[in-house]
Amino acid sequence: MFKKKAGDSIAKGININTIVRDYGILLALILLMVILSWSNQYFLTPRNILNVLRQTSINGILALGMTFVILTRGIDLSVGSVVALAGIVSASLATTSSTAGIMGAPYPAVVAIIVGLLVGATTGGIAGTIVARLNVPAFVATLGMLSAARGLTLIYAGGRPVPALTPEFRWIGTGDILGIPVPVVIFAAVFLISWWVLTRTRFGRYVYAVGGNPRAAKTSGINVTRIKLYVYVISGALAALAGMILAARTGSALTQAGIAYELDAIAAVVIGGTSLSGGIGRISGTLIGALLIGVMNNGLDLMGVESYYQQVLKGVLIVAAVMLDQTRNRHE
Amino acid sequence: MVHLLEVSGLTKSFGGVAALRNGQFQLESGSVHALCGGNGAGKSTFLSIIMGIHVRDGGQIWRNGELVEFASPAEALASGISIIEQELSPVPHMTVAENIYLGREPLRRFGGINFSAMNKASGRILDSLEFDISPTTLMMDLSIAQTQLVEIAKALSYDAEVIFMDEPTSAIGGQEVEQLLAAIQKLKAQGKGIVYVSHRLSEIFEVADHYTVFRDGAFVEEGEISSIDRRGLIRCIVGRDLEEEFTKTNTPTNKTGLAVVGLSDENKISDISFSVNKGEILGIYGLMGSGRTEIFECLFGLSKKTSGTISIAKKTIEVNSPSQAIGHGLALVTEDRKLSGLVMTGSVRSNLCLASLKNLGHGPVMSSMLEKTASKEMIAQFSIKAERDTMPVSELSGGNQQKTVLGKWFMTKPDVLLLDEPTRGVDVGAKREIYGVMSEFASQGGTVVMTSSEIEEVLGMADRILVMRDGRISGVLSRKEANAEMLVNLAA
Repeated sequence: MFKKKAGDSIAKGININTIVRDYGILLALILLMVILSWSNQYFLTPRNILNVLRQTSINGILALGMTFVILTRGIDLSVGSVVALAGIVSASLATTSSTAGIMGAPYPAVVAIIVGLLVGATTGGIAGTIVARLNVPAFVATLGMLSAARGLTLIYAGGRPVPALTPEFRWIGTGDILGIPVPVVIFAAVFLISWWVLTRTRFGRYVYAVGGNPRAAKTSGINVTRIKLYVYVISGALAALAGMILAARTGSALTQAGIAYELDAIAAVVIGGTSLSGGIGRISGTLIGALLIGVMNNGLDLMGVESYYQQVLKGVLIVAAVMLDQTRNRHE
Repeated sequence: MVHLLEVSGLTKSFGGVAALRNGQFQLESGSVHALCGGNGAGKSTFLSIIMGIHVRDGGQIWRNGELVEFASPAEALASGISIIEQELSPVPHMTVAENIYLGREPLRRFGGINFSAMNKASGRILDSLEFDISPTTLMMDLSIAQTQLVEIAKALSYDAEVIFMDEPTSAIGGQEVEQLLAAIQKLKAQGKGIVYVSHRLSEIFEVADHYTVFRDGAFVEEGEISSIDRRGLIRCIVGRDLEEEFTKTNTPTNKTGLAVVGLSDENKISDISFSVNKGEILGIYGLMGSGRTEIFECLFGLSKKTSGTISIAKKTIEVNSPSQAIGHGLALVTEDRKLSGLVMTGSVRSNLCLASLKNLGHGPVMSSMLEKTASKEMIAQFSIKAERDTMPVSELSGGNQQKTVLGKWFMTKPDVLLLDEPTRGVDVGAKREIYGVMSEFASQGGTVVMTSSEIEEVLGMADRILVMRDGRISGVLSRKEANAEMLVNLAA
């Protein structure tokens, strides 16, 4: 027996409330873009759009990794620190500076990037092991990693930035492919791969099941521990990628890079409709969430609004998005 | 004579379905009164009306001869009626005294809690009952039985005269039960009236003076325990023949399907041995906490066995994880579909496919076509009533959700089906369908093991019945020889 009659959902299909509920964030993004393009003729220029995308790409990459973690009922607070750690470590391999680099530097950019990714995957693996095997709450485990990775960054670099990166390495932050900035290309590629993994692979199905009901997932033969571990490795590696792009863009790696970046990443995921209680969410939502934050920052900049106000608005947006989600869940 | 509590003609319906048609009850002071009845007999509805949780549709309640009407549990408590629930919910990090006086702590002049007065008062109550518990012990350091004793002390701290105990022994065993029954005798000696709800008949005959039986939401009989025997009480509780509710078409073969020898786990089950033939339905009957579920958890790799061997079709298998169990052709329909059966945030299709994902794609990549086809097949086979298979499984009715769980496991093409309370919380129609599926599976050569706490279901569906008590097998009966009385006797 249906709890809802068949007729209800047909009527629901054209129900304006449902559309707002399901596509509200996308509508908000489009609406914002329409308003901005009216009020400022510079907004919709290709140059500015690429600029928004480039500014969004670092937070976007972090948010994509964060989506995997949050889908399994977890959270990764360490991404901001991993941004700095992986940035510093890879930069020390790709610098021409004789004092900041490690022996034999500069290495080819590929080597520096692979080592950077391994650093991120390792910190993610450690946090993931603590969460999945030792059953420490994700909040606590990654809060610890937030502090530890920042400390390791400072120890490794002796508290100093790593300047003078090779042009080859800087290309991932400043180069372009067919006129499109490399960070944007990387962001797009990470998005497509994440989307494919979550919607088309068995691993993706497992991620949703583990977040939706770990016990049912376990009973159905899924290795819940392993899936949980993997999502932190993914998040760590993507944080490292973002960290390297950031270092490459600015030309030197800073020990203070990425502070509080985890908050914007979580905000993008949450605004994108992924539930903090796991099992519900779409990677496309995260993309829209990250873009919305990026467009809003850009638009407010263009309109000359002070960055202090931008923070207030972002706060309002996060809470409003989650409230929207709550009403949706109540309906179900 | 004035009764502590007298109830007559109590009725209550939920959404047009009568849960209680005629609740009738009389409690004398200084007595223990057993309230008996099967599942759905209306006992819990009865209790929640008396406690002011539900509002009655009709009938009267007298307390010490005065007509009363409770709008909330607080009012019931204030008039001296207290209940000790089946699921206790103490605050573990607080002391015994803090738990007893939770929410009404004695205060000092400036609003601080007067701990010494609280501890002294708690100590007095605990001593009067001769409980060997210190008021300053933390709740978390107590056993379940001791926690129950604290609940009794709490009831007395409210000056309760009428104390309901809902299945107080369901989670404790042996000696602890004796301790609890002794405490009940003391309460009785103090002139309290105790209403004792339990499925364990041996306890009822040990502790109660009177009995009242409910069946199908209505009062059936009352009397003195001394005037009825165990057999008579069971007949009164079970009351009717349910044979025709069950669709049973299978006939056991003589080929072994599943064999278990000497299975034990750390503390819940020990030395479990049985074998089930292909085409056979083995029923496992036992009370809550008797180890039924733990057998399945060991077989399925959800909990560690400490000894014993498992074999399927005469081949010994090693099971350390559910995925190994599934690989060996086992399937487990768990007791609670919301807790461990379904991913409620997922769609019908994703739930149906969840245990078979390895077969529904190419390597690590899923094939939507294969998933869609497989899910359609199961929806048709189990006649799951879903608008689309992409709709959230949470929007299905209980019966269809349960069929979705079954579908998930049938998709793995199992040889051995383990069913833990397969019809819990589903309506009669869906129940029949589930019985049909079970029979069909067995008659095609499948092996079925089913646990149930419903006697009628076990009697109706099983070819052989294994009865559990305190983690051990207390008897195995064939379909022909088994009857309700024997099952209850062996289980309690």
